[in-house]
Amino acid sequence: MTEKKKTTIVLFSGDYDKAMAAYIIANGAAAYDHEVTIFHTFWGLNALRKDENIPVKKGFMEKMFGKMMPRGADKMGLSKMNFAGFGPKMIKDVMKKHNAMTLPQLIEMAQEQDIKLVACTMTMDLLGLQQEELVESIEYAGVAAYLADAEEGNVNLFI
Amino acid sequence: MNITKVVDAKGLACPMPIVKTKKAMNELESGQVLEIYTTDNGAMNDLTAWAKSGGHELLKHEKANDILKFWIKKG
Repeated sequence: MTEKKKTTIVLFSGDYDKAMAAYIIANGAAAYDHEVTIFHTFWGLNALRKDENIPVKKGFMEKMFGKMMPRGADKMGLSKMNFAGFGPKMIKDVMKKHNAMTLPQLIEMAQEQDIKLVACTMTMDLLGLQQEELVESIEYAGVAAYLADAEEGNVNLFI
Repeated sequence: MNITKVVDAKGLACPMPIVKTKKAMNELESGQVLEIYTTDNGAMNDLTAWAKSGGHELLKHEKANDILKFWIKKG
């Protein structure tokens, strides 16, 4: 076999459906034997948030951001037809019917498949998210680390 | 045909059939055959493309009662 191919995905969006698409592609690419990296920045960081409240020291603005943003993948809204939270309930119902994997399950599967999950440290600072608030076994990096993976990448997406 | 392992992905949605197939394939030796069941209509194109990319050989496929069956020989 030749050298492993690489897939890199930037997850910018904090929408449940867009994150689902990103994680489905990532899991598919891993099954294709690619080395896969998902670089989470801005609202995409919320997919990596733990669902419980983690007591950390924060300023006023950071606290507000923390309260307004979804705490974890399961709490994220839809990019279309969100209907103040009713949309996600409907789509999760439909997903169950079709045996589709939920976003938290897809993230778990990604970790099982050794997909590299990276959190952008600069936007973590902006949104006031601290390492303690994000799930375990992820990496922390910036644009240079992302580019190092992406420049050798065969598939590169911004979602 | 000598089948070494069977993957039952019936009822599972994308991307699970391909993820399960890949996992099972890792446990096989080159030349051994994997049998896959799925009900996902995208699987025909998915598994054909996947097998080709990984250097495996899709020996046979058939459809019966909405169940798609595939036999892939590991490359």
